[in-house]
Amino acid sequence: MNVPTMAEMMAQGKQPEVLFWVGSAGSFDDRAKKITRAFVKILNKANVDFAVLGTEESSTGDAAKRAGNEFLFQMQAMTNIEVMNAYEVKKIVTCDPHSFNTLKNEYPDLGGAYEVYHHTQFIKQLIDDGRLILSKPMNGERITFHDPCYLGRANDEYESPRDLIRKLGVNLVEMKRNKNNALCCGAGGAQMFKDAEKGDKEIFLERTEEAIETKPDIIATGCPYCNTMMTDGVKSTNKEDSIQVLDIAELIANAEAL
Amino acid sequence: MQYIDNILFAVLLIFGIGFFVRNIKKLKRNIFLGKDIDRSDKKSERWGNMTRIALGQSKMVRRPVAGILHIVVYLGFVIINIEVVEIIIDGLFGTHRALSFMGGLYSFLIGSFEVLAFLVLFSVIVFWIRRMVLRIPRFWNKEMKGFPKNDALYILYFEMVLMSLFLIMNATDVHFQEANSGNPISQFVASLFHGMSHDTLHLIETTAWWVHIIGIFIFLNYLYYSKHLHILLAFPNTFYANLNPKGQFPNDKNVTKEVQMMMDPNIDPFASAPEGVEDEVPEKFGASDVTDLNWVQLMNAYTCTECGRCTSVCPANITGKELSPRAIMMKTRDRVEEVGKNIDQNKGEIKDDGKQLLNDYITPEELWACTSCNACVEECPVSIDPLSIIMDMRRYLVMEQSAAPQELNMMMTNIENNGAPWQYSQMDRLNWKDE
Repeated sequence: MNVPTMAEMMAQGKQPEVLFWVGSAGSFDDRAKKITRAFVKILNKANVDFAVLGTEESSTGDAAKRAGNEFLFQMQAMTNIEVMNAYEVKKIVTCDPHSFNTLKNEYPDLGGAYEVYHHTQFIKQLIDDGRLILSKPMNGERITFHDPCYLGRANDEYESPRDLIRKLGVNLVEMKRNKNNALCCGAGGAQMFKDAEKGDKEIFLERTEEAIETKPDIIATGCPYCNTMMTDGVKSTNKEDSIQVLDIAELIANAEAL
Repeated sequence: MQYIDNILFAVLLIFGIGFFVRNIKKLKRNIFLGKDIDRSDKKSERWGNMTRIALGQSKMVRRPVAGILHIVVYLGFVIINIEVVEIIIDGLFGTHRALSFMGGLYSFLIGSFEVLAFLVLFSVIVFWIRRMVLRIPRFWNKEMKGFPKNDALYILYFEMVLMSLFLIMNATDVHFQEANSGNPISQFVASLFHGMSHDTLHLIETTAWWVHIIGIFIFLNYLYYSKHLHILLAFPNTFYANLNPKGQFPNDKNVTKEVQMMMDPNIDPFASAPEGVEDEVPEKFGASDVTDLNWVQLMNAYTCTECGRCTSVCPANITGKELSPRAIMMKTRDRVEEVGKNIDQNKGEIKDDGKQLLNDYITPEELWACTSCNACVEECPVSIDPLSIIMDMRRYLVMEQSAAPQELNMMMTNIENNGAPWQYSQMDRLNWKDE
C-alpha cells in the first residue's frame, strides 16, 4: 500500500497536495483501520498526491476537549499545529468527523489555519473533477445513512455523503430521524471512552433499532465512532448476518473492487 | 367625582407599567451578572436571524401542529394589542371607543381583532388539550412538576380569559352591536345576552372592560416570574446567538496563555512575575456558578419557555438518563434568580450563601450524560444553547476539581502519555499500512 509520510516527502523536496489526517481511531482501532485502508485505496486509485504524518501525528485532543480538559486539548492542538506548520500543510482530509471539526473550527484560533475536508467531501470533489470514476455501481442494495453529529449538525454537511451513496446505484432509504434531526449514536462528547450514565436504554441501541426499521442491507456511516456504535447495535440485535455496517469509503472501495 | 374612573385608571397604568419597568431593570441586572462575551460582530447576519427565527417563527414549524397554532397566538397577541392603545385613551380621557371616528377602517380593525381573538382562544384551548388531555410527554418530564406545570396552565387560562373578555366587551356594547359593523364574532356572543336590559348590558360591558385591562397589567407583570418572558427575550436571544458552526467550542483564552508559556522554550519558569501580577487572583477555569457563565448564557436561561423540544430530542434523555437540556436552563435561571435576590437583600453585594449552580442545582451525573450532539441546540425555536453551559461546567469539573469519571481520566492520561486515547505507542501509528 502506497502511503508516503510527510517526512519522506520533505526529504525528497516534495509538497503533497493534501495531508491525510488518519486520527487515533483510524490508526489503532481494528475496525477503523479498515476504513483508513479503504480510503487510501481510493486516494491511490485517483492518483491523489497525499501524505500522512505517521508517527508524527498525535491525538487532535478532541476527546479531551469534549471531556472538559481544555489544557490537554490545547497542548495537543499546539503540538500538532507546530508539526503541520513546519511541513507547511495547507489542505487536510480526514475520515473522522471529530478530527474534521476540531481541525477546521478550533485549530485556526490557535495558529493552525488549514483547508479541511471530510473524506466524503473530498471523494465527491474527486468525482466532480473527473479524477475518480465509479465504474461498477452496486446492485440496488437498500442503504440507510447515519449522520455523524460532528459532520451534520456541527458543520451542516448532510449532502456529500448522500451524493456519494446515490452515485453507487443503490436504494438510499432515510431513517425517521435524519439530517439535522438525526439521533446521535451515543459516542460523542467523549462518551466513547466511558460507560453510559444510569438510564433505561443504550443510545446506540435506540439508534440501531431505528436504522433496522428501514430494513437496510447496509447501514452506512462516515465516522469511525458511529461505525463502532452501530456495529455493536447490529450485533446485540443479532442482525450481523443480514446487515453490514460500512463506511462510505468502504462502500466505494468494495464496489470498485479496490 | 366624575373623574374618579379616569384617576383610578391613570394610577393603575402608572403602577402597572412602573412595576414592569422595575422588573425589567432587575432582569437586565441579573443577566449582566454573567461574564462579558463579544457578540457585536456580523450585525446583518444577526438581524437576519432575529427576523427569521423570532419575528418569522421559522423554527417553530419544525413541529407543524404546535408551530402553526403558536403563530396564530403570536400574531393574535401582537395585533390585538393595538386595541390596548384605544383602551388606554378611553381609560384616561373617559371617552368611549375613541378611535371609532376612523369609520370603515375602525370596523375592519376591530373585526380582525375579533377573528384573531377567536382563533387565539381556539389555539389556546388546543394547547391546553395537548398538555392536559393528550399529555404530550415533553410536558410531563420530571422537571415539569409544581410551579413550571402551573405556570404553563396559568398562561393558558390568562389568555383564554383575556380573549373571552374582549369578545364579551364587544358583545355587550349595545351601540357597537346595533351598528353591526366590525363584530363578526361578537354578534354571535351577543345572542348569549339576549333579552337583558340596556343597563345590565352596560354593567357587563364596563366590568369586562375593566377586568380585561387589569388582566393585561397583571399579565404584563407576571412575565418576569414566568416562563412567558420569551415573548420579549426571544428577540435579543436570537440576535445574540452563536453564529459559529455548532461544532466549534470556544477555546479558553486563559488556557491558551498558560499553554503557550509552557511550550515556549524562551520563557524562564523561575522568573518573578511582572509588577502587579502577583496579587491577581488566578482565573477560574470553567463554570461552577452562574457568575462564571456569560451573559448570553444567562439570557438564554431567562428566555427558555420550557417547551421541552430540546429534551424530547436529547439522546441521553430519550434513553432515560438524568440529563434534560431544558432542566439545565431552568436550573440556571433558578440559580440566577436566587443570586439576584441575594443581591437585593444584601444592599447590592452577593453574600456567600454556600450554594452554587454545580451540585446544588446541576449534578455531575447530568453533565457527564451529554454526548455533545447539538440536537438540543438545533431544536430550540429561540436559539438557546444548553450545550455551552454543560461544556463550561465540565471544564470546571475537570480542570478545577479533577473530577472526571475514572474512564475519562484514563483516556486523558493516554492522550498525555502517548498521543492517543488508548494505550498504544505513538511509534505504532503507521502500522495499519502493512497489516
